[in-house]
Amino acid sequence: MANAIELTNASKVYRRFAHRRQFATLKSALLTRSLVRDLNPDETFAALTNVTASVPRGQTLGVIGRNGSGKSTMLKLVAGITKPTTGTVKVNGRISALIELGAGFHPEISGRENVFINGIMLGLTKREVADRFDEIVEFAELKDFIDAPVKTYSSGMYMRLGFAVAIHVDPEVLLVDEVLAVGDEGFTHKCLDKFAEFKRRGKTILLVTHSLGMVERFCDEALWLDAGRIKGSGDPKRIVGAYITDVEKREERELAATDAKARDTADAAIASPDEPGSAVLPDNPVETATAAGDMFRAAEGRWGSREIEITDVQFLGPGGEQGHVFQSGDRLDVRIRMRAPLPVDDFVVGVGIFNAEGVCCYGTNTYIEELTPQSVHGDTEAIFSIDALDLIEGTYKVDVAVHKIDGYPYDYHRLLYTFRIKSRTKDVGIYRPRHAWRFSGEIRFKDAGR
Amino acid sequence: MLHNLAQLPRYRALIQSLVARELKARYRGSVLGFFWSFINPLLLLLVYSLVFAYIMPARFTGGDEPKPFADAYPYSVFLFSGLLPWTWFASTLNESAGVLISGGNLIKKVLFPAEVLPIVTALANMVHFFFGLPILAIFLAYYGAPITIGELLWFPVIVLVQLILTTGLGLLVAALTVHFRDIRDILSNVLQLWFFATPIIYPWQHAPDLGKWFLNANPFTHLAISYQEVLFFKGPFGHWRWLLAVGLASVVFFLFAYFVFDRLRDTFAEEV
Repeated sequence: MANAIELTNASKVYRRFAHRRQFATLKSALLTRSLVRDLNPDETFAALTNVTASVPRGQTLGVIGRNGSGKSTMLKLVAGITKPTTGTVKVNGRISALIELGAGFHPEISGRENVFINGIMLGLTKREVADRFDEIVEFAELKDFIDAPVKTYSSGMYMRLGFAVAIHVDPEVLLVDEVLAVGDEGFTHKCLDKFAEFKRRGKTILLVTHSLGMVERFCDEALWLDAGRIKGSGDPKRIVGAYITDVEKREERELAATDAKARDTADAAIASPDEPGSAVLPDNPVETATAAGDMFRAAEGRWGSREIEITDVQFLGPGGEQGHVFQSGDRLDVRIRMRAPLPVDDFVVGVGIFNAEGVCCYGTNTYIEELTPQSVHGDTEAIFSIDALDLIEGTYKVDVAVHKIDGYPYDYHRLLYTFRIKSRTKDVGIYRPRHAWRFSGEIRFKDAGR
Repeated sequence: MLHNLAQLPRYRALIQSLVARELKARYRGSVLGFFWSFINPLLLLLVYSLVFAYIMPARFTGGDEPKPFADAYPYSVFLFSGLLPWTWFASTLNESAGVLISGGNLIKKVLFPAEVLPIVTALANMVHFFFGLPILAIFLAYYGAPITIGELLWFPVIVLVQLILTTGLGLLVAALTVHFRDIRDILSNVLQLWFFATPIIYPWQHAPDLGKWFLNANPFTHLAISYQEVLFFKGPFGHWRWLLAVGLASVVFFLFAYFVFDRLRDTFAEEV
């Protein structure tokens, strides 16, 4: 089986010019004879390093990776828009690149004329465009507007027309760069169907996308780029899984950093009591956190008399490991370490979970749950344990507090802790009740994964 | 480079449709539309005629050649035969300076032969030049200019030489402007100077001797003189040696410009 796309040790180094270069003019270049030197880079940036990959004819390769990982550069190399700095890129067959849709459209002239010119730009002859014209217009759903100047089109119409032309070039190799955000649901489906048709007809597709579901569903192979290097390639499910794990790890680090920063800020506010507001005692203790009030509007912070001090709060995942990113439905332990220098007999420990909109998803404390305090002294630890964290995907902030039964705060940590819930299901709402679907009668679903 | 140059004919259809688009798009939305192609040179001519025939009358006294219309000198016809080609030349260069930058989307996002853009600019302006010719023809007929068929056969040759020269310069300007944006600003002033350093508003014979040497070094001088000899002055076309020499030089220059363009080609996608 011949390879439709072959990259061998392909590297792309972009030149980054120092400040001086930006102000250089022809005059100064000529005067100082720096013309040649100025065209040499002062600094380089490797967008792609030693990428070796091949796509056999008729296969679909999905390229994933974070922003700036070199995906689009790779696509441009394959498309031939830029040349690799070192290494080789070989493509067999006519290419159509869905990189920027309608890139060559002229706003002043009609859709009809633009279709012709765009088609010719993409390598068709005038005849070929004429033959496919009706099909293109129908696909773009622009029959009524095709003779209007393109400048009057909405951006969706513009993109649809661009997509329709590009896809009707009938390429052997199709390069797709994150263009499926083109239209409404219906149009997206049409595009997906078109891709499926391409696959059936044995065309080669290179797909750059952030939609991991599409990679799993569509691609025969996946390639994961990270900082311009191949971090993994092979079975889409495996690569996507590895990529998700990596993304979670990265988020984990970011969340940890965010939390640390929030606590530093809160502590700094306490250290300067002159500032108005920092010494204000909230009149809403944790037990009323579920009621509407300024608790919801309050910003993150820390206050209290510190007769009992919260020294550390940690989130522990299902394996008991500390973390900030969890799967929906995981077990979660919130470990609260406290120190009471002197024995205290009036105390309540509370926890509240808020979503990104500030809605309290859940709040409780030991008093609500009818645990009558007796005494606390020295270093102690409380674990708030959730068997199954049935929340939808999103970022959540957590309140942790120790206070008197009447609400007088010992140590109140307001929204100082963050965790993120990941979910493969993109359901909506606040909370996911345990549920299942059951059916009876003549009702059938195609693919459970879809 | 030669390989890429050999590819050019393959883009014929593309160039053709882009030139057509350029012409259509230019007047889209204006009331008079295509008529501007005729009106513009006419207005230009009126302005120059007004200035140089009435406000500061050009004096055609010197020179050693006998003047055909010594008394009722149709200065405007003389002016027009040089001015019309110059407009083609100057607007091509002015537009070429920005053509790669404004076409950046194509160069960055689509596999697109960049040299097509300046070539289209030169050709579209040539078509405008052609649209101006009927106006010129009317003037020539009205004043009964001494045109012979033999001379007129030279006309396409002059146009061809100008096309090669203009396209070559356009390619060079377009490629260099990507790296040195200042060219755009310098260019209009350079063209202004170039205009006055070319015998368009004055006959070549009026230049001082030192200036003649300078004028001879200016390729457009010979184009302008050729146009004037064919369309305006009486007698056989005597400037053909100069014309062919400029033609040869233009071909060499075009190849040089294409070479530079080709060398810089890969940088366009990054710099535009």
